[in-house]
Amino acid sequence: MPKRTDIKRILLIGSGPIVIGQGAEFDYSGTQAVKALKEEGYEVVLVNSNPATIMTDPEIADRTYIEPVTPEWVARVIERERPDALLPTMGGQTALNVAMALSEDGTLAKYGVELIGADARAIRMAEDRREFALAMERIGLKTPAGVVVKSVAEALKAVETLEYPIIARPSFTLGGTGGGIAYNRAELEALIERALDLSPVHSTLLEQSVLGWKEFELEVMRDGFDNVVIVCSIENLDPMGVHTGDSITVAPAMTLTDREYQLMRDASIAIIREIGVAAGGCNIQFAVNPETGEMLVIEMNPRVSRSSALASKATGFPIARIGAKLAVGYRLDELPNDITKTTPASFEPVLDYVVVKCPRFAFEKFPEADARLTTQMKSVGESMAIGRTFKEAFQKGLRALEIDRPGWTVGQTPVDDRLEAGDADTIRAALGTPMPERIFQVKRAMLAGVSVKEVHGLTNIDPWFLQQLAELIAAEAEFRAAPAVGAPQLRSMKRMGFSDRQLADLRGKKEADIRAERWALGIHPAYKVVDTCAGEFPSKTPYLYSSYDEENESEPLGEAGIIILGSGPNRIGQGVEFDYCCVRAGLALRDLGYRTIMINSNPETVSTDFDISDKLYFEPLTLEDVLEIVRLEQPKGVVVQLGGQTPLKLAKGLEAAGVKILGTSPEAIDVAEDRRRFEKLARDLGVEQPPNGTATSVEQAVAAALRIGYPVLVRPSYVLGGRAMKIVYDEPSLRDYFDRAARVAPEHPVLIDRFLEDAMEVDVDALCDGKRCVIGGVMQHIEEAGIHSGDSACVLPPFAIDAAVVETMKRHTRDFAVALGVVGLINVQYAVKSGVVYVLEVNPRGSRTVPFVSKATGVSLPRLAAAVMVGHSLGDLGMTDDPQVPYVAVKEAVFPFTKLPNVDTLLGPEMKSTGEVMGIDDTFGMAYAKAQIGADGALPLEGSVFVTVNDHDKPALLPIVQRFHKMGFRILATSGTAQYLASRGVPVESVLKVWEGRPNATDLIVSGAVHLLINTPLGKITARDDYHIRRTALQHRVPYTTTMSAAHAACDAIDALRTRVRTVRCLQEWYAQAAVPGTPATQPGRPGPAPGRK
Amino acid sequence: MFTTNLTGYQEVFTDPSYTGQIVTMTAPMIGNYGINQEDLESSKPQVQGILVRELSQEYSNWRASGSLGEWLAGKGIPVVEGVDTRRLTRYLREKGAMRGIVAEGDTPSDDARKRLEASPKMEGLDLASAASITKERVVGSAKAKYHIVAYDFGMKENILRMFNSLDCRVTVVPAKTPAARVRELEPNGLFLSNGPGDPAAVTYAMPVIRELAASGLPTFGICLGHQLIGLAFGGETTKLPYGHRGGNHPVREIETGRVLITSQNHGFAVRGTTKNVTGAKELEVTHVNLNDGSVEGLRHRTLPTFAVQYHPEASPGPHDARKHFQEFVQALDSQ
Repeated sequence: MPKRTDIKRILLIGSGPIVIGQGAEFDYSGTQAVKALKEEGYEVVLVNSNPATIMTDPEIADRTYIEPVTPEWVARVIERERPDALLPTMGGQTALNVAMALSEDGTLAKYGVELIGADARAIRMAEDRREFALAMERIGLKTPAGVVVKSVAEALKAVETLEYPIIARPSFTLGGTGGGIAYNRAELEALIERALDLSPVHSTLLEQSVLGWKEFELEVMRDGFDNVVIVCSIENLDPMGVHTGDSITVAPAMTLTDREYQLMRDASIAIIREIGVAAGGCNIQFAVNPETGEMLVIEMNPRVSRSSALASKATGFPIARIGAKLAVGYRLDELPNDITKTTPASFEPVLDYVVVKCPRFAFEKFPEADARLTTQMKSVGESMAIGRTFKEAFQKGLRALEIDRPGWTVGQTPVDDRLEAGDADTIRAALGTPMPERIFQVKRAMLAGVSVKEVHGLTNIDPWFLQQLAELIAAEAEFRAAPAVGAPQLRSMKRMGFSDRQLADLRGKKEADIRAERWALGIHPAYKVVDTCAGEFPSKTPYLYSSYDEENESEPLGEAGIIILGSGPNRIGQGVEFDYCCVRAGLALRDLGYRTIMINSNPETVSTDFDISDKLYFEPLTLEDVLEIVRLEQPKGVVVQLGGQTPLKLAKGLEAAGVKILGTSPEAIDVAEDRRRFEKLARDLGVEQPPNGTATSVEQAVAAALRIGYPVLVRPSYVLGGRAMKIVYDEPSLRDYFDRAARVAPEHPVLIDRFLEDAMEVDVDALCDGKRCVIGGVMQHIEEAGIHSGDSACVLPPFAIDAAVVETMKRHTRDFAVALGVVGLINVQYAVKSGVVYVLEVNPRGSRTVPFVSKATGVSLPRLAAAVMVGHSLGDLGMTDDPQVPYVAVKEAVFPFTKLPNVDTLLGPEMKSTGEVMGIDDTFGMAYAKAQIGADGALPLEGSVFVTVNDHDKPALLPIVQRFHKMGFRILATSGTAQYLASRGVPVESVLKVWEGRPNATDLIVSGAVHLLINTPLGKITARDDYHIRRTALQHRVPYTTTMSAAHAACDAIDALRTRVRTVRCLQEWYAQAAVPGTPATQPGRPGPAPGRK
Repeated sequence: MFTTNLTGYQEVFTDPSYTGQIVTMTAPMIGNYGINQEDLESSKPQVQGILVRELSQEYSNWRASGSLGEWLAGKGIPVVEGVDTRRLTRYLREKGAMRGIVAEGDTPSDDARKRLEASPKMEGLDLASAASITKERVVGSAKAKYHIVAYDFGMKENILRMFNSLDCRVTVVPAKTPAARVRELEPNGLFLSNGPGDPAAVTYAMPVIRELAASGLPTFGICLGHQLIGLAFGGETTKLPYGHRGGNHPVREIETGRVLITSQNHGFAVRGTTKNVTGAKELEVTHVNLNDGSVEGLRHRTLPTFAVQYHPEASPGPHDARKHFQEFVQALDSQ
């Protein structure tokens, strides 16, 4: 069956911003899908609000809408574009839910849009817990005993037939959002309330827990001709009870006999047929009783998923690409296997290696969060590693996490492994509760003499895995005790995945010594190919991994090759933005005739798609692993400035080993990062800095702060994403901070800056060829200084800043770039206070905002940076003028607060956001409104605004509240704020604080009487009160702002939504508008002056 | 030779089709789930030797009755661990399946070389008669609806299990049983099993098969049985470069266009194209391998005789092709 010719234009919906449970994997899938459809001659229209994606690059789809991924806004795109079909399975749960809504409200029928890949019936059957259970019953498969409920009362009645612990799985949510485990009635009530709240259809499954059962997943593909293949089996090391996204997972399944595996395979085929996924992929999860082998079906996702991305990377079978082709009518046997190119896609990949995926958490950012791992996903990223054995892949996976563990290594202290003490009993007590550090606790337990059997009893981790771990411990002991270490011992340890650093620690040596010994003995990894067929057929695609095995299959590219270091697992502060830069630059280098070599360990990314580079090494980004690849490849050079802090940290070590770093020199990076050297540079260039100092001891810090004057901003040097950054108002807090932060980076001092209160922050991204510097974009932050730049909304071009001030910042940026000899990208952050421009930091590398700037202006900064890095001048490239845009683009950050119960939503210098969206329109108000809607913070057009702010913010609040009042909003306020406003003539209703009685502020929020919350922290006494108000607003999906400037922007946005026509336009149109010759490079339309803004 | 099965090492090692062979497992971790008493394809390991990347020291599975390593050691089957099995597989892919020897030391001794040279080549080797049982046996209930005579050329146990589950009693007969004896048994159908070695060397079976099939007795062959049917009706067989061994081979069913993912284990194949079996006008091709276009299934144009090259009984491998057993039973019904 060849492709369909009755459809020509296809709409694809992306997954929107990166959130926990819906990450970069959907950029990977979506990009593949768009490319696959275009290849077949279809016209592709894309909607995605996330600018930090490859898929939203204007050359990927034909028409690219960076608009909110909501039914209302996608309907506008449909109305405008009139697509023939909608492919809903590539954008995660978000796309699926939007497609369902558009199907149910008749939009799709009205415009004659056909759902392809999975139809509404199939989606409903898979996603609706009750329908799914019935479907399983029809085909004779068992699901855990359970019942679907729609209210707490129903739930309490239902549990009479179930036993605790009970699991809640809300319908139509992603990453298990709102799900959890209840051990008693009180926990259950709380759980149900949350689950119903977070389910868009207010329904949840209550399920008999199968905690501790073995957990497996199968990735299945089906074509329209009913051919079905299983792409991959995955076994979770962490048994049922821990979300698969938070589990260490292994592919292929390790402990299933063929008989059991085939039963699971048969079940999967029956399921995909019964649910009726017409053409595409799905993921099916199973639980298996370790004692009896009883198999239960847990759930099925009728779309690509995080697991399918992992399975694609683990096997080389591009699920999304094939899925897109199946959706337009192809059969599996009509499509080639993209790796071998000689065999068809209608086969099941076989692996001659083991893949281990490890989750990366961000609890260091949220110390108050509940870190227990449950059925709701809490990790923010993952690493994947490939080895010839489980042990090798496991250790590589852990060191690829970049959490300062060179392998399966216990922390320096028990606290690092979330243990109060290191004795066996403490560890035993801890093991029963899964925590992010459990795998390291297991090692401590084994080292403390707890048997494999007992660890199994406490954790339910399969004894096979534990035995593998025990073998690692035995090997360590032998290696440590060996009188001398020669080639056989070293080789044997390397084959078990031990890093040089681990071996050095075991022998009391330095990592470099072990490496020198090893190299002297000629012990190097061999690189093997991921070929989908275990070597049965020749493979054309160099997708490689290292192993200490015999035969190396990697042909070095030599001088023709350029290595690009990726950014490793996603984490807060280093996300998909950096992958975007790496991919873009890599594609540009290919266009320039170079052959590109990508190194990365993150399976969610586009960069680890095997057809993005000429060679892909799926390897941890450590000095050891990178040096081995460089040693083999002997490339022209290595690009380190695009993958964030991960490659940057390796720059010095690589250079010391004689590796050529392309672009900005490590020396220049050091000048920018080294406080003293930077201070001198700024002084020489005549750029103001906030008063500052450095300290390597607490006394130095106290003295420096005294000189500088409080409040001060303190942070360790060499960090990304504001890790351990804090605003400190007095000496005791400083002492307290310093004690804890000193361990963050012992070899680097702590930096202390005067904190500029109420200053406005500005980010500038620029491009430099060493001589000429072009400003890519100037972004004014919406939130004031003190909020991490990654968490602040920002607007491009800036408004409410004098043109002269903008020019000053541009000039400073050029001066820094040229003085540092930047070859490539540079990012400078400024604060503006009372007309004075202060430089906060200079980062001579690609920044988090590069994708946003590139999308907003249509000028691809990483592409140009790549060209510059290999010797082209900006003049050659025709890039001599700063891009100007006659419209407004707003970036808004997206936070994981709904996924992390108990975490305060207050922003600060520590970065907390996981993703971003962009709104683009003619005016600031509408662009900001779109960004808010895209970030799931849709603003009210009428109703009540509840304000409660500290004294400092009251003057700024007044004009905002006056505007809301004029627009007809009711104003509610707590007593102090109410008095202030009333005395200045604003009609305001007073509301009780929580401790003042009831009904109080939170009651109003719960009962739906508040439509917008404006809250700034009131001080220590009422801190709890504030916190409750903010959490309540979050839970009840009431939009809130915690800064005055954001409140102001919200006001502009509501005004725009009330008065302007809501329209959508694709990037290609915006850019055409920007490029119209003769368009004056003036500031774009905006809603008049910004009154009251600081 | 090598097999790419990810699971099912116990079934592979006990499959009589592997008689006399040294098997390289491309799956790197072997022995994880131990061995059990239910997944045996014959009473003992049939392979001559096993090459693996890592043999698991411990095992874990609720059905496990012991460790793979100990079981193989007890049966005297050598296992070589720590082999770069991918390197070996790539070598075999280039050079084809070849004779091998398992010996101690880093380089082969003169003695080992001599013994290797002395070992017979697979071509022209009749291993089936050795793998076959020597005495008839009956498997299944006397009350079963159907009675099948199965020629055992090295038959896998799961084939019997499949027949039994479809209400068939099976009389398993030795490879060299004459046609007259089969007629005496008055079966409803005839089955020709899988087995090791070169089909062309199993000369004694061909006239028997031709005679019985021509009598209108429904006849079904798997693997070696498939090749023997091809030969019996005038076809030819050829040695594949490195064989098909694994559980992921896509096969197209020509009549419907459907793709089956099949379990395979064969080094020889019936020559032909999607249209015809070379030299056998009475046969038509029903299934074809999508990787290399080789013949995977055939059918007699007029007689109720059909065969598949792959293993519908699986064990190990996917169950996509199990329906062939039902198709055979339907053929029995229509007689």
